[in-house]
Amino acid sequence: MTELKLPSLDYAALAPILIMLGAALVGVLVEAFVPRRSRHVVQLTLALLAVLAALTMVVLNADDRLITAGQAISVDGPTLFLQGAILVLAAMALLLIGDRSVERGGAFVAQAAVTAESADDRRQAEGRNGLTEIYPLTTFAIGGMLIFVAANDLLTMFIALEVFSLPLYLLCALARRRRLLSQEAAMKYFLLGAYASAFFLFGVALIYGFTSGIPGRGAGVDFSTINAAVTESPTSPVLLFAGMALLAIGLLFKAAAAPFHVWTPDVYQGAPTPVTGFMAACTKVAAFGALLRVFHVAFAGAAWDFTPVLGAVAVLTMLVGAVLAVTQTDIKRLLAYSSIANAGYLLVGVLSPSRDGLSGTMFYLVAYGFSVLAAFAVVTLVRDADGEATHLSRWAGLGRRSPFYAGLFTFILLAFAGIPLTSGFTSKFAIFGPALDGGQAWLVIAGVLTSMVLAFPYLRVVVMMWLSEPGESTPTVTVPGGLTSAALMIGVLATLVLGVAPAPLLDLATGAADFVR
Amino acid sequence: MEETVHYAEATGLLGSVWLLVAIPLVSAAVLLLLGRRADRWGHWLGVAAIGAAFVLGLSSFFQLRGLENKSVELSLWDFIAVGDLRVDFGLLFDPLAAVFVLLITGVGFLIHLYAVEYMAHDAGRRRFFAYFNLFVAAMLLLVLGNNYVMLYFGWEGVGLASYLLISFWYGRPSAATAGKKAFLMNRVGDAGLAIGIFIMFATLGTTQYDEVFNGVGALTGATVLVLGLLLLLGAAGKSGQFPLQAWLPDAMEGPTPVSALIHAATMVTAGVYLIARSNPIFSANSTLQLVVVSVGALTLLMGCIIGAAKDDIKRVLAWSTVSQIGYMFLGVGLGGGAYALAIVHLLAHGFFKANMFLGAGSVMHGMKDQVDIRRFGGLSKHMKITWLTFMMGWLAIIGMFPFSGFFSKEPIIVAAFEREDWTAWLFGGAALLGAGLTAFYMTRLFVLTFHGPKRWTEDIEHPHESPALMTIPLVLLAVGSVGAGFLLSTSVPDWLTATAGLGGEHAEHEAVLSHAVITVLSLLVTVLGAGLAWFLFRAGTATAPQPAGVLVTAARRNLYTDAVNEAVFEKPGIFLTRALVYLDNRGVDGLVNGLAAAVGGGSGRLRRLQTGFVRSYATSILAGALLVMAAFLAVQAGWLA
Amino acid sequence: MSLSPYAPIIGLFALAAAFSLFSVGAARFAGPHRYNKAKLEAYECGIEPSPQPVGGGRFPIKFYLTAMLFIVFDIEIIFLYPWAVSFDALPIFGFVEMVLFIVAVFVAYAYVWRRGGLDWD
Repeated sequence: MTELKLPSLDYAALAPILIMLGAALVGVLVEAFVPRRSRHVVQLTLALLAVLAALTMVVLNADDRLITAGQAISVDGPTLFLQGAILVLAAMALLLIGDRSVERGGAFVAQAAVTAESADDRRQAEGRNGLTEIYPLTTFAIGGMLIFVAANDLLTMFIALEVFSLPLYLLCALARRRRLLSQEAAMKYFLLGAYASAFFLFGVALIYGFTSGIPGRGAGVDFSTINAAVTESPTSPVLLFAGMALLAIGLLFKAAAAPFHVWTPDVYQGAPTPVTGFMAACTKVAAFGALLRVFHVAFAGAAWDFTPVLGAVAVLTMLVGAVLAVTQTDIKRLLAYSSIANAGYLLVGVLSPSRDGLSGTMFYLVAYGFSVLAAFAVVTLVRDADGEATHLSRWAGLGRRSPFYAGLFTFILLAFAGIPLTSGFTSKFAIFGPALDGGQAWLVIAGVLTSMVLAFPYLRVVVMMWLSEPGESTPTVTVPGGLTSAALMIGVLATLVLGVAPAPLLDLATGAADFVR
Repeated sequence: MEETVHYAEATGLLGSVWLLVAIPLVSAAVLLLLGRRADRWGHWLGVAAIGAAFVLGLSSFFQLRGLENKSVELSLWDFIAVGDLRVDFGLLFDPLAAVFVLLITGVGFLIHLYAVEYMAHDAGRRRFFAYFNLFVAAMLLLVLGNNYVMLYFGWEGVGLASYLLISFWYGRPSAATAGKKAFLMNRVGDAGLAIGIFIMFATLGTTQYDEVFNGVGALTGATVLVLGLLLLLGAAGKSGQFPLQAWLPDAMEGPTPVSALIHAATMVTAGVYLIARSNPIFSANSTLQLVVVSVGALTLLMGCIIGAAKDDIKRVLAWSTVSQIGYMFLGVGLGGGAYALAIVHLLAHGFFKANMFLGAGSVMHGMKDQVDIRRFGGLSKHMKITWLTFMMGWLAIIGMFPFSGFFSKEPIIVAAFEREDWTAWLFGGAALLGAGLTAFYMTRLFVLTFHGPKRWTEDIEHPHESPALMTIPLVLLAVGSVGAGFLLSTSVPDWLTATAGLGGEHAEHEAVLSHAVITVLSLLVTVLGAGLAWFLFRAGTATAPQPAGVLVTAARRNLYTDAVNEAVFEKPGIFLTRALVYLDNRGVDGLVNGLAAAVGGGSGRLRRLQTGFVRSYATSILAGALLVMAAFLAVQAGWLA
Repeated sequence: MSLSPYAPIIGLFALAAAFSLFSVGAARFAGPHRYNKAKLEAYECGIEPSPQPVGGGRFPIKFYLTAMLFIVFDIEIIFLYPWAVSFDALPIFGFVEMVLFIVAVFVAYAYVWRRGGLDWD
């Protein structure tokens, strides 16, 4: 038999991924062998250290521009920037996940298999320590996301998609309170996620078929082959476009773009709030990272013919997010629709084929991630005896009760609304500017109009918090412990700093805005 | 005027002038964020922050003095970079900025110290110090910025702090109203400044001081005139000059240390700073200078006349502030070497006015917050230190030799007489007349408060001297009132020549009167005014308002300026507002509400699609997928391209 | 090129869709509808389930657990089998990779074992 040719592996470049996955395995072992009472501390430390180590490796690799592991993984500017973003945001999310001061025992259920609403369930909700499997699950998810933004062929991308999706489905089901809602959210997310994965996979298959026609070159789903096929293949592009559409659907599902957004409000509402924050920040980065790579690298040769279609999707997404946010009465659902609208703005960035568009999108992802994590951090704090008080009517008068946290939340909402001196303004600017330069004025107009619509629900919350008298049912704000405070402060400060002095991060993003092909 | 400013390198301490802004800002943030937890020690943090800033400012000043090019620029980061507009977050530490830094932190430190005791019984003391430090930070940013946008940033910051502090006792309707009034009138000026900055960017493409000044020569006369008038509008708003003077006396509703620091010594002089800083713009157009001089002369007389008719100790001082800043405007309007004279007067005024305000606070402290000078009298026996220190301030402000006002005010009068045409008589005469009037009303204030028979209300039995923490700043400021004028007038003009366009080329016109004559005349009118007031009020005054002639009544009513404001701006404004509200309700709101209703209705309808059932979600995803597929294929077929 | 190689596939899709639509539709219209208890039960080989599970047709969760554990190891075997077949085609690198893979699966095994997943009661 002939020996198979082995791919070369650049271990240093792969280190962030290997570290996260390795830490996840160690986390599983910790679950198996470390005594129950010390697991929480060990797991949290392990996860945070792993994130730090991976981040260090990303920083050390900052100048890498290479493709390794066969054609499977590319480590280039966008990969490193987005991996860094995912890791930083994930560290913040881990702080929220690890907090046990806001809710006794943490935000997670003590035993997932307990029947919802039973006496056992009520007992566990009273403050038994939450389960610690969340840490390896989160770590796996982070690892998957790191691969997702680095994947250089569609199969690797699909594996990464599943690696980060499966833990997320589980994490969604693990809320300590409102177990039924949480389980329902996880079930929906899982079913629809699997459904979307099928679209993705079918798209991969069609594209594989399309690439088979290039003379003198084997078929494949790595991006250079696809790119070559797009420009050279004599095969009818029906397969290409159908495949591209299906692929886009799979990715747009994760990115929560309309009409594939339907899972978002239910899942965001049902999932434990720290996990919602994690999804809103990190999953967004990962999904858009993959979209950027697919459209900038693999299909760049298709002359951006797909722009009108994806542009329509973007406009629809903005509209759906903004319009539906108006009538929401639950703060988590409101933030979910806001996240949908933001997916629309991000799509505008994806559709600017210039370097500025790419760097603007990456900047937006980071800025939005910080703000949204801070927003969900505040949501975890507003509580009554039954856990978080997420109904908006309960937030009336919060400004009088807890001016500090209401002030922080107001600031974040203003950032979402895009008020200057917040990152919301600079990031929208970073996205809409290149879109205008790229001749996509209609997208920018839609973006500005929907931003105005979207400002209304945000300001409604602000008005409610400050101008209403606190009622009997206005909950108190729990003074958070160090972990949540740290996450909250990082988020708010980043929102401010990126609003006042966006230049350093923008420069970094611009420097990184170059794919290797 | 092509001029290249040579910058020295920002080394050593000078590299850290940004700390001057950062220290007070951080302390303000700490005080605000920590809330009640900082109640016990917060005021000392506030004092320490300003003390540290003063020490830093002083050492930076000495280091700057040792340099050959007395100008240091420090670009911290790109603040705004949009299209062609590039604004650095940059600081400029030059002689002009340096003297302001010393004034703000030095006098500020003393007033902070005083306020520790003055506010000791106020529940909001920590909040007070937080705002106070916020003010100092913003004011330092204003004078340290190296471009107009930074200046505007600080400008708005001090406006905010001033608003917060005027309405510090927001429970009192009068304080809340005064805060609003100050805010609104400042907005008028700020709008002028903002538009001025826009014009700079539109015509010169920059807001950086040196680049703007180098480019002024290339602008048309009309542009310079408009630009200058807009800047003047901003300056007038902040400095309480005609026609935007009305807010300043009302601002006395704030705690007395606020009146001393913000509405006498520092913030209100920001307008003078703006004009002095922008001197290349103002010097480029003689019409502009004439307008500035006229505003100054008019305001200084107006302040004197109204000040003479007021009975509230703080309001008299406030009007005297308006009038003294009028002198400074007169100075900066004269141009040439008079810029430096105005700055000297500004600094000297900072000392003696802060001194008198704190003295007034001390009197109020001992008199159960009585402010009516008709209800004082004979206090010299009860408050020796306050009396003596206030006396120094009084002698200084009326310009008595050898107190500081003499050295700072008299050169401005001389400079006014040095104008080349008949206007020398006009403005010189006004300045001279102002000196006499100042002597009159300040003496009235002094005599009625500290001398003559006691006219206290029954509830005050023993007026008492204030504690040491309040009197020490008084004594230090009194020393400044005595000596600062001479020292400043001999050193500052030379020092300031290093700032572009300040000092140096002194106007070469012979004064219409000789220098000695003017000096004698000004001393003469001062003695006359003071003597007349002493003679009239040595035996006290009636404690109830007396019927008065046309002039006094007019003065009591602020020369009807409020009435004019009301008739010219407020009434039409209210009418306009009503008309707009009507239009807004019917037209714009109709449209917007219609849209909002449409959005809300659409939202409500769309919400029903969010059924909560996975099957319907899957269907909608499938439908979407089919649509997207179809669209992609349509693109491929060329139908959508 | 044409899409001719795919034409049979599309034809197959169409046939499958038509058949399922036809048979479901036809049964609905043509067939008699006589329901009895057995017919309305969950389908289990056509006979009445016996004995009736408590609580309406639930199995103990342990069955599912076991089933899932089986899948974990089943997949391992699926992966090990081709490797074993072409063992000689892969140098030492292949061996190391496979060990790593087995270790990863073993981690899951250790977790299951320590947390009591293998205990029936």
